[in-house]
Amino acid sequence: MIYQAILLLPLFGAILAGAFGKRLGEHFAEYTATGFLCLSALLSLWVFFGELPYMEQTKLVTLFRFLDSGTLQVDWSIRVDTLTAVMLVVVTGVSSLVHVYSIGYMHDDPQRPRFFAYLSLFTFAMLALVTSDSFVQLFFGWEGVGLASYLLIGFWYKKPSANAAAIKAFVVNRVGDFGFALGIFAVFFVFGSLDFTTVFGAAKGFAGKTFNFAGYDVDILTTICLLLFMGAMGKSAQFLLHTWLPDAMEGPTPVSALIHAATMVTAGVFLVCRCSPLFELAPVALEVVTIVGATTAFFAATVGLFQNDIKRVIAYSTCSQLGYMFFAAGVGAYQAAMFHLFTHAFFKALLFLGAGSVIHAMGGEQDMRKMGGIRKMIPATWALMLVGTLALTGFPFLAGYWSKDAIIESAFAAHTSVGMYAFVMGVVAAGMTSFYSWRLVFMTFEGEFKGDHHTLDHVHDSPPVMLIPLAILAAGAVLAGVIFEPQFIGHEQAEFWGGAIVNLHEHTALEARHHVPAWVIFSPAVVMLLGLIVAYFYYIEHPELPPRMAARKGPLYMFLYNKWYFDELYDFIFVRPAMWLGRFLWKKGDGWFIDGFGPDGVSAGILDWTRQVVRLQSGYVYHYAFAMLIGVAILATWFMAGGGR
Amino acid sequence: MTGLLSAITFFPLIGVILVLLFAREGKAGDQLARQVSLYVTIVTFGLSLWAWIDFDATKSGFQFVENFAWLGGTIRYHVGVDGISLPFIILTAFLMPLCILASWTSIEMRVKEYMIAFLVLETLMIGVFAALDIVLFYLFFEGGLIPMFLIIGIWGGARRVYASFKFFLYTLLGSVLMLVAVMAMYVTAGTTDIPALMAYHFPKDMQNLLFLAFLASFAVKLPMWPVHTWLPDAHVEAPTAGSVILAGILLKMGGYGFLRFSLPMFPDASLYFAPMMFALSVIAIVYTSLVALMQEDIKKLIAYSSVAHMGFVTMGLFALNRQGVDGAVVQMISHGFVSAALFLCVGVIYDRMHTREIKAYGGLVNRMPLYAAVFMVFTMANVGLPGTSGFVGEFLALVGAFKANTTVALLATTGVILSACYALWLYWRVVFGELEKKTLVNIQDMNLRETVVMVPLVAATLFFGFYPKPIFDMTGAAVVATLENIDGKLKTAEAVAP
Repeated sequence: MIYQAILLLPLFGAILAGAFGKRLGEHFAEYTATGFLCLSALLSLWVFFGELPYMEQTKLVTLFRFLDSGTLQVDWSIRVDTLTAVMLVVVTGVSSLVHVYSIGYMHDDPQRPRFFAYLSLFTFAMLALVTSDSFVQLFFGWEGVGLASYLLIGFWYKKPSANAAAIKAFVVNRVGDFGFALGIFAVFFVFGSLDFTTVFGAAKGFAGKTFNFAGYDVDILTTICLLLFMGAMGKSAQFLLHTWLPDAMEGPTPVSALIHAATMVTAGVFLVCRCSPLFELAPVALEVVTIVGATTAFFAATVGLFQNDIKRVIAYSTCSQLGYMFFAAGVGAYQAAMFHLFTHAFFKALLFLGAGSVIHAMGGEQDMRKMGGIRKMIPATWALMLVGTLALTGFPFLAGYWSKDAIIESAFAAHTSVGMYAFVMGVVAAGMTSFYSWRLVFMTFEGEFKGDHHTLDHVHDSPPVMLIPLAILAAGAVLAGVIFEPQFIGHEQAEFWGGAIVNLHEHTALEARHHVPAWVIFSPAVVMLLGLIVAYFYYIEHPELPPRMAARKGPLYMFLYNKWYFDELYDFIFVRPAMWLGRFLWKKGDGWFIDGFGPDGVSAGILDWTRQVVRLQSGYVYHYAFAMLIGVAILATWFMAGGGR
Repeated sequence: MTGLLSAITFFPLIGVILVLLFAREGKAGDQLARQVSLYVTIVTFGLSLWAWIDFDATKSGFQFVENFAWLGGTIRYHVGVDGISLPFIILTAFLMPLCILASWTSIEMRVKEYMIAFLVLETLMIGVFAALDIVLFYLFFEGGLIPMFLIIGIWGGARRVYASFKFFLYTLLGSVLMLVAVMAMYVTAGTTDIPALMAYHFPKDMQNLLFLAFLASFAVKLPMWPVHTWLPDAHVEAPTAGSVILAGILLKMGGYGFLRFSLPMFPDASLYFAPMMFALSVIAIVYTSLVALMQEDIKKLIAYSSVAHMGFVTMGLFALNRQGVDGAVVQMISHGFVSAALFLCVGVIYDRMHTREIKAYGGLVNRMPLYAAVFMVFTMANVGLPGTSGFVGEFLALVGAFKANTTVALLATTGVILSACYALWLYWRVVFGELEKKTLVNIQDMNLRETVVMVPLVAATLFFGFYPKPIFDMTGAAVVATLENIDGKLKTAEAVAP
């Protein structure tokens, strides 16, 4: 029952808040949704701490039959193993804190019941995703969180930019889902089943075998894994399918923290880890995962360097950190990927909610160029943001230090060329992470205030209802690494994960990282310091330099500032051609060709003819009806005449 | 229970008689006609549910069979249902009361005739799905077009004559060819009995010709690319309830026809033409989705999206495997709810503003939150979001297609991207944004009557989205039997071939 309660409480909260919020008042909606979620979070904690140590095998609760078509049998069910338990804690934990925070952050918004209903709906879908025991339920959750994300990005539906961002998020995700769906079809085609237990159990038997896909003979598991990974790329905003995530910042900030940092965007990482029994047997797919992850980590960090919107900087940072998680999985260190997912949830949610607190204080201003010097006015927010920044940049003994360094070392320890590529990219990106994170802190809190005086007069720290969730997250950002390192990636990892993550014997990156040279271990710390120094030089020592550089509009600056021109490129190669083609097929294909030579041509001919014979061209509908009737009558006559045979 | 099926089929005609007898000229008579039609259609729906309860889903044969000598002894009044036809009868009976309610105030001219047309239409449509004699089927099938034709032609919009003429031309072509095929089948097999014909194995060459002749008729109905261009025009000009029936039921007759006739009666030809059917399906999905993207008229956009969704149906059917056929059937039923509901959604705002131009709207959510919520549910169902009935059919059809031909599945899956584009863009332009248009300032949210129409559709879409098992239970045995029949024939054909 406990599992059902964890899964369904948020759904009840969403329904109550959505259906009765308007009638029973905003407070009813807020408190119901938040209360149900907190309950769900407490139960999740109980599962994580109470049940997990004693959990020897996967627990499976079957709810009821979903699809039933011949050999395709799919149930709604709840699967709980370590992987699920970790995700349960992350999802319900961050979600409940975000719910509480939103009570404060959204207190002026008249649409709060809708907001809380969406938040809880999202949580339900996300829980359905992480508790799934079949690809279909996973896909349900996958699309469900996509819907919630769409609704929440477009929450302020009056803004055209919010609507555009919402649709973009949904459509780009659908591009990923195109691959994901094909992957699911292929799984069923090959394995004859869609539930994890059966598929993972049979995976070994298909290693190295080929099948015909779209005319080519391809490796079965590689193809399946690459198709599934395409879905993961969409959901987790990886290189090429990343364009929606920065735009998603149009949504309210708590949404960015919950969906676009801590939980939904990590679903792709979860998918790869969940499917480790398949990926392990598909070395080519793993290499692709590594390359895409490493490229994303680097690419997103470069773009993050010069953004001026406080939320966009953090968004690109998220994108980059997700890249780390993927290349960790790609070199076979799924445990490190999950560990980084876990710690990242704390400090990234903290950073986003902290940014929200700043925006709240600034009366809605998000441009860092109009901030500065507000540290003394909002000391609590400043301190909490500082913790988040330290954790993200990998300051020793804080959360990011444990997980990110483990990833970078694992990449090196993999001793493959793609692993090396990931290592280099990871280290470079770590330096840039440090730079843009400190740049954010310095531009926001230090120096002189650059906004207008009216805003300055109103700068105030946030109420406790917003700060307490931040403090809890900050505690996590400090402690999550040091406490859980042994279980997630340390000496207890094998017992901790149980059968939830599968590693081939030759994939030893996680173990081998203990034996890497010292310079590998120190390199992340060195680049972190470097990033800090550069940021300090430009934004504290010489704050007059960056605006001058921006004004010069050098080609590299413009390239990075405009996000490598991906939006423009996609607009040019996808959006415009699709619209042109649509119009062409409509006007020329349907209008000119089919209708022209079809009904319009025929009718013109008939009308010419009938005009001379009888006056039937009135177009009077009864005539046509009559003609049909005659046809029916002819048939009946024919049968009656020929009948009786 | 014997006679139940005839009762369901002909009960609406009692309504016709009542309207003719008791509804006088004037407002009071019109109101009486509405009420009579509503009650009659509700009772018909009740009877259809009774049939569902009484239906033994474990059996694959026809049930509620009635078989009487009729025209000249050869052609019999033979009706019955199996798991494939029953859901369509229930769907028809389910949508009809909603249609009557949706027309309650929007139809003011010739109310009695309108109601009579709908009641006759219901009888004919249910007859199509119940008929077990091919001539009887043909009579219902073609007969059903007449009231539809009148509904568009009399109660339609400005270009109704053009639309109904186009509709007429296309269907005429199909009917004539199908008529010839029916005659040929009778001459060859010596029977017009559908179960007998399903067991009969036509020679291969003849199958090909018969298949093409039936294709001409079913492809127009469904409609398949490239004979789909009548549909957007017909929808645009039809009154709301006309569109609901057109999209909800009439289109399904094509899919039902394939499943009842083409596949079991011409299995060799079905296999032979499957690549062509796949090609046409994929073109329908991609081509019409792209066209839908650029539409400026809400109804046209939904009409084109219907064509794309029917592409999934033909693709699933000609995959000739369990998942494909199951998917096609579920997709047809789901589309019956979803497209019907989408046209009703258009009707709601059309009744207020008398325009279907997308440009004329924007920001409706500010004044119509309930409407926005309902429209969102159906937009998502149209997009095939899991948790709505739209997902189940699309997913299974694609799974089936993947088993049959991976390239087809690959191309058809692009439809999931395109459908998101056109559906969400439409929603944005109509519902989201600021309420800027002066004409919309006083627009009212859905009233009680409109809400009552929508609630069952929302419920059905979500219920079958999470728990489609009742549909699988109903259709399972019949689909298995059909596929076994086809397999059996294909095997004997192989054995006979040198």
